[in-house]
Amino acid sequence: MKDFPVLSRQGRSEGGTEQARAAPRPAPRRASRPLPWLGPGIVVGGLLPVGGLLLDAVTGALGANPVQRALLQTGQLALALLILSLACTPLRLLTGWTWPARVRKALGLLAFVYAALHFLIYLFDHAFTPGVVLEDVLKRPFVTVGFAALVLLVPLALTSTRDAVRRMGFARWQRLHQLVYVAVGLGVLHYWWGVKKDHTAPLIAALVVAALFAVRLLRQRRARARS
Amino acid sequence: MSGTPPDLPERDDAEQTPPVRPRREFLKNAVLFTGTVALLGGGLELLTRRPGAAAESAPGELLAQARRPLGPYDTSEAVTPYAQATTYNNFYEFGLGKDDPARLAGSLKTRPWTVLIDGEVRKPLRVDIDTLESWFPLEDRIYRMRCVEGWSMVMPWLGFPLAALLRRVEPNSKAKYVKFTALEDPKQFPGQRSSVLAWPYVEGLRLDEALHPLTFMAVGLQGRVLPNQNGAPLRLVVPWKYGFKSIKSVVRITLTREQPQTTWALAAPDEYGFYANVNPAVPHPRWSQATERRIGELRRRPTLPFNGYADQVAHLYSGMDLRRFF
Repeated sequence: MKDFPVLSRQGRSEGGTEQARAAPRPAPRRASRPLPWLGPGIVVGGLLPVGGLLLDAVTGALGANPVQRALLQTGQLALALLILSLACTPLRLLTGWTWPARVRKALGLLAFVYAALHFLIYLFDHAFTPGVVLEDVLKRPFVTVGFAALVLLVPLALTSTRDAVRRMGFARWQRLHQLVYVAVGLGVLHYWWGVKKDHTAPLIAALVVAALFAVRLLRQRRARARS
Repeated sequence: MSGTPPDLPERDDAEQTPPVRPRREFLKNAVLFTGTVALLGGGLELLTRRPGAAAESAPGELLAQARRPLGPYDTSEAVTPYAQATTYNNFYEFGLGKDDPARLAGSLKTRPWTVLIDGEVRKPLRVDIDTLESWFPLEDRIYRMRCVEGWSMVMPWLGFPLAALLRRVEPNSKAKYVKFTALEDPKQFPGQRSSVLAWPYVEGLRLDEALHPLTFMAVGLQGRVLPNQNGAPLRLVVPWKYGFKSIKSVVRITLTREQPQTTWALAAPDEYGFYANVNPAVPHPRWSQATERRIGELRRRPTLPFNGYADQVAHLYSGMDLRRFF
């Protein structure tokens, strides 16, 4: 999935003349239009449901079983944001827009924040009792896969800085970050196993993830055929 | 908008970038920022937020007088508030959400209502619900209710022991089990338009379980007519078993020779057994049953064997492997 150097790609399209195209010079590393509202908008919008949750908790709108409700909602938020972060590259490939690549990292980190929150609420639910949690993680596949998804997201969150890409080298960094595909698969499975009978929502999540994978694979195959 | 303010530094890239009008630029960015927040934040909220039912259904007609002192079967634990007991329900006939029953229960018509009692009995009968109720003095029972999902309530039911009803129809010697069938009518039960479960909902008990004095048929809750979302007009209550055994809106009770095929045991046989006795030692495949959350409490509490009714009912299962017959 060769999608990282967005900036240079953008630069290439701006090399206007025949001459420039014939003799490729290093693409001018000039950022595309700055969109200063985009990053903050994503972060604030992504964190809005935290405010909603707190408000619901205070007003009693979380219902009769508030911990269960908060657990479900943070889990759904984590999965939704993870899927949104995975939608960025296909969206860019299909539309040619560059902005999706710029919000990808923020969406991924927001997904991690909600996954961590989800886990914290789960720990609270079990009174932070290590024995109970350990038994759940080891013995119940439903919990095991959810926990594994969270664990996989940790190194990705830790290496989400520009600095980390430089230190690791892009190829290694990219290989590491392909773990996100495993994480989202486990997340969907966790959701699937979590519902009691109605699999509509997890099915929709699975179909969206499958569609996103399909776009990537088709593009990759086409790119390979061309070279 | 009158050009660049004088104190703004001179831009040296003026040829490359179009002249910037700061205030308009700021406004534009503010609008786009707000739009992004609204789109992402609003979208996420729409997708995941399900505020609990705030609207409380109007309590039904009063059935019983002031409470008498606690009886031998009553728990003294704090009763779950009516608002929560009637808005947080599993009743898949109305939908899968906990608040679906309270929201949609208006479509169920509980009068007229006929109950058929048949099978291995000497006196099968078909009886109107009001006549049925008039046969028995209404008793109240404050029972713990433990859902298989890991939450629990304390419910003050009004009704009569199932044994009293069964004695009236006189089970014959071939009767070994009791099969209960709920109403099937997608017009009244919107949830039945989807095939998440095999409708109608069916539950069953062994005859000795059915005759146990704790086993109860409820027609009321907290002194009032049973709300539709809680299983009106007639529901089973088996307090030592997980809640799904306590079938709601019953239209038929059949005495059988064979163990009946029950809805959840058919839907997911590895997760829900025929017996479904509350048992902290036998986990659900996806979660532990060792603890439960009492609705209204934040911390979990330990789950008791047979939901705290072991002294009364454990003898029914002596010699049985409760891990196998879960």
